[in-house]
Amino acid sequence: MPNLEHPAYPAAALLHLESLVPCRESQVSLLLSIFGERQQFSFPSIFIYGHTSSGKTYVMQTLLNTLKLPHVFVNCVECFTSRLLLEEILIQLQSCSSETEPTSPVPCDTFNDFVRLFKQALVSRGLQDQTLYIVLDRAEQLREMEANILPAFLRLQELTDSNVTVVLLSEIVWELFRPNVGCFDPLTLYFPDYSIGHLQKILSQNHPPEYTADFYAAYINILLGVFYMVCRDLKELRHLAALNFSKYCEPVVRGEANERDTRKLWKNIEPHLKKAMQTVYLREISSSQWERLQHDDGEPGQLKGLSAHTHVELPYYSKFLVIAAYLASYNPVRTDKRFFLKHHGKIKKTNFMKKHEKTSNHLLGPKPFPLDRLLAILYSIVDKRVAPTANIFSQITSLVTLQLLSMVGQNDQLEGPRYKCTVSLDFIRAIAR
Amino acid sequence: GCFVFKPSAKKRKLSQTTAHGFGIRNDDSEDIELRFDTCQSLWNQIKSETEKVQEDLNKQLLDNLVSFLSRSHSEVQEKTTDWTCRMKFREIPTAALVLGVNVTDHDLTFRSLSDFLQNNITPYIALLEAKDCPGIKNLMQKLMGQLMNCYVDVDSLEDEDYVQVSQNRIRCSMSSLIKWYESVTKKTDSETPSKKRTSSSTHWQSPPVVVIFKDMESFTTKVLQDFIVISSQHIHELPLVLIFGIATSPMIIHRLLPHSVSSLLCIELFQSLSCKDHLSTIIDKLLLTTQFPFKLGEKVLQVLINIFLYHDFSVQNFIKGFQLCIVEHFYSQPLSVLCCQLVDLQKRVNSLSHDQCENIRRLPSFRRYVEEQESGKQVALLTTDNFLKEETQKLLEDLHVYHENYVSVLRCLHVFTSSLPKYPLGKQIRELHCACLENQVWETEEYKSSLQLARMLNKSDLVTMLQQCVEILLSSSGKEFDKTVEKLKKFMTQFQNLEEAFQEQDVSVSSQKELQKKTDLYHLQKTLLEMKESRRSKKLTKFEMLRFEVVDYIDSLVRKYLVPADHRTLHEILYFNTAAVLRGHLNAAPRTALHTALNNPYWYLKNQALKGDEGSISNKAPDICIAYKLHLECGRLINLVDWLEAFSTVVMAGEEPNADTASSDQMDDIIHARFIRAVSELELLGFIKPSKQKTDHVARLTWGGC
Repeated sequence: MPNLEHPAYPAAALLHLESLVPCRESQVSLLLSIFGERQQFSFPSIFIYGHTSSGKTYVMQTLLNTLKLPHVFVNCVECFTSRLLLEEILIQLQSCSSETEPTSPVPCDTFNDFVRLFKQALVSRGLQDQTLYIVLDRAEQLREMEANILPAFLRLQELTDSNVTVVLLSEIVWELFRPNVGCFDPLTLYFPDYSIGHLQKILSQNHPPEYTADFYAAYINILLGVFYMVCRDLKELRHLAALNFSKYCEPVVRGEANERDTRKLWKNIEPHLKKAMQTVYLREISSSQWERLQHDDGEPGQLKGLSAHTHVELPYYSKFLVIAAYLASYNPVRTDKRFFLKHHGKIKKTNFMKKHEKTSNHLLGPKPFPLDRLLAILYSIVDKRVAPTANIFSQITSLVTLQLLSMVGQNDQLEGPRYKCTVSLDFIRAIAR
Repeated sequence: GCFVFKPSAKKRKLSQTTAHGFGIRNDDSEDIELRFDTCQSLWNQIKSETEKVQEDLNKQLLDNLVSFLSRSHSEVQEKTTDWTCRMKFREIPTAALVLGVNVTDHDLTFRSLSDFLQNNITPYIALLEAKDCPGIKNLMQKLMGQLMNCYVDVDSLEDEDYVQVSQNRIRCSMSSLIKWYESVTKKTDSETPSKKRTSSSTHWQSPPVVVIFKDMESFTTKVLQDFIVISSQHIHELPLVLIFGIATSPMIIHRLLPHSVSSLLCIELFQSLSCKDHLSTIIDKLLLTTQFPFKLGEKVLQVLINIFLYHDFSVQNFIKGFQLCIVEHFYSQPLSVLCCQLVDLQKRVNSLSHDQCENIRRLPSFRRYVEEQESGKQVALLTTDNFLKEETQKLLEDLHVYHENYVSVLRCLHVFTSSLPKYPLGKQIRELHCACLENQVWETEEYKSSLQLARMLNKSDLVTMLQQCVEILLSSSGKEFDKTVEKLKKFMTQFQNLEEAFQEQDVSVSSQKELQKKTDLYHLQKTLLEMKESRRSKKLTKFEMLRFEVVDYIDSLVRKYLVPADHRTLHEILYFNTAAVLRGHLNAAPRTALHTALNNPYWYLKNQALKGDEGSISNKAPDICIAYKLHLECGRLINLVDWLEAFSTVVMAGEEPNADTASSDQMDDIIHARFIRAVSELELLGFIKPSKQKTDHVARLTWGGC
């Protein structure tokens, strides 16, 4: 077991840190050795990537907090413009080391301003002699901002000429980031997924105070057995564990089984967990509803999930419009005559046709069709005479807003508009009934 | 404009000008002001009634939502120390509100929802629409603008600094939102409770912030995802609740949001009342009631219902259509002044002018009535105004009574027909209502078949139906039903005394048991034949006799009371039945109108010179009409030169051949210019477009010969 060792930091703090980051000791020690001592210059930029909930954010946060390193932590999704991002960094910097009331935020529109203000802030807070860490979480968002933001952050040390290290956290690999030329390549670091053993260890760590650690560990074991196949997200697993634990304890509370009676407990909980996998995990029913169900001991059957309500009630002509749109989207134009005309000619079966019929149109997806074709099919599938009233046209538009149809290429008003049908065959079957 | 709307009286009414506009069309008419006032007060009554109805209908949904909202964050606030709560992931409470495809009605629902929440749960509500939020930035701007303004609304006395801070100065980020929320809630706490309690006594310490997405379907995935991810990170500091307004099905949530995002939500489903039920209630409360003197005729009602069922499912539009009917009725019918409550009737009838009396005499239903009277009375009716007024009042009172009775009996009949298999007369009372208004319902096949079916009802059903009928009739205000109620009650007691009927049935059951014992084919056949014979010859049991009696009695009620309204004298005054006008207003056909205008300009221009048969092309018609008619004769691609040639031939046809070549050259130029203008107008209307396939050609965009 690699114990964390570093001459610059007190051993007690390191020990504490180690207890906080289970299964990530090697990464932490690597990071520590990269960071070096407080006043030493570190690598200008570090890129850490790994799958969802592999502890990137958590490790960085605990590391910086426990060792009390000066840092700024920013989530890039939250700061959706570059201005917000830069200002957020400056604000955090101002309140970082000093207890003084933060002054009103200064407007910072460009990276040039940022560098200037950043240097000022460093001097005024007395941070020149320590490494400042700027952590940008969900850094993939940076790619959508102005083109200069990402390269500039990578070279922030050089630009500001001060002791600063930028840490980028992301779920995707560096290769997808790299701007074209002249970019400083950061040091990349990979956080591997937690293995089932790791998950077991981490999840069992915080057990409820009423029960022993062993009892909870056994429960986690069962839980992982059910859910590991579909979900490796630590957060989600912890959430599920908390949701279902009371059910697991039920026999013990009632006195029917003691804490060691694993087999009995397993029999009790397993079907319940399977049901949870089909409902709560998919967010078919909400977790609060699930808890209430557990409480009342009701059958989840009474409570229909979201997917149960697929039926959409549509006005009479809207139904026909959707059906007509579906037909227009999935049938080739040349078959229209055959299907919708009373006196169509003989069906010629050519080799050419046969070859094409083999690939199902459903595999190819919907094709766009002009408005007139939609109306022509509508007239032929509705029994009665349909007047092309304003209501029919407005229904087409409202179907577009309902996302049942979608408009293709809406540049020219005079050009006949073209649509696509976006609903599935099942939907059409349901409304055609 | 392609559809020529007559200057509708509605606009005039909405602008609250005086009633002078009402008289424009009917210059002979009188009582304009009175008619206008009657119309207004009637509409106000109806409006408040509909609002009440809708409030009641929404109540259930709103109550559910409120309990969800109050539950959502209070739980967490109560037991933050609990182990499960600490371990559990804080999800954003989300209400998925399935509202149905009638998008036009949603606004009203959301408005009442936000009012209701404002009064009961929280002052912090933001309503977001997809069209305002193409990006996350716009969404945050909109959200913060709405939230902070609503704060200013709550207590506008102080906080000058908040008002001062202009929209642009506030940093549109979640952190400033949180800061704002903290400052607001802290202020509420610290202030003197007595003053604060009065204004927001129903809100708690930290009320949730409700964000309503009005049209979930139209939001882009990216915006929603970003917003949810951001807000889930701050759920601890900012108790946020989301409400998704969904028009189609809740599956859209899964389609829009990936699992990683939807797992941040704690979604509960709420369903609003289906719009068809909503409509039924509205019809029940507005039409099948004696509260309002104004009624809809069959055709008009059919138009409104058809628009609802075939086109939009929108209850709002139905009510708007109803309003249009009222306005149109009072606008076009001078006698509508008599369409008032019974208490005012006498005064209004007495103050009728001579012209109005003539108007009454001109009514077709009144003429029919006069013809039925003996000659002395005929003369009196046609010559003496005072006698006519007396008679009119009597007839109108009769009409009111007729309507009262009609509604009660209609409901009784509905009790019977709605329980029959396959519903020959319709499941909903509105269908039955339409059928009864259309013509004499007892003449129809459907009625006959439903009577047939009613004769086969079993005893318990019949008794419960009779019970329901008695209740309906007792609750109705009609005075004539005392006897009917007695009769129905007698039937019920007779049914109860029919114990012996069962014993006979027992006999038949035992014969069937015998039948099961038979194994021999021959014997079986014989017994079956015997049974058939006996059944045919067997005279009706007492129960069956009674059943026949009941059904016949109901039939007699129907024949007596459910006479169609247009068979009644003076029905024109209370019933609005000009469906064509309504259809023109509500269900316009732009393509047809455009075609009519171009093909037959006389229809709209009313110029005598244009009158003529439709087939030929007159040179008096506007240029665009000539060009249009010529282009109808062409194929998919039209040669411009040929077209011009034809155009000039038509235009020149009427003029005498001019020998002077110089002037004809000039003429050509003018014709050429006119032609070009006509063609470009047609292009603007979307009939043709320039084609790239052939030079000097344009492509036709319409198909067929129209």
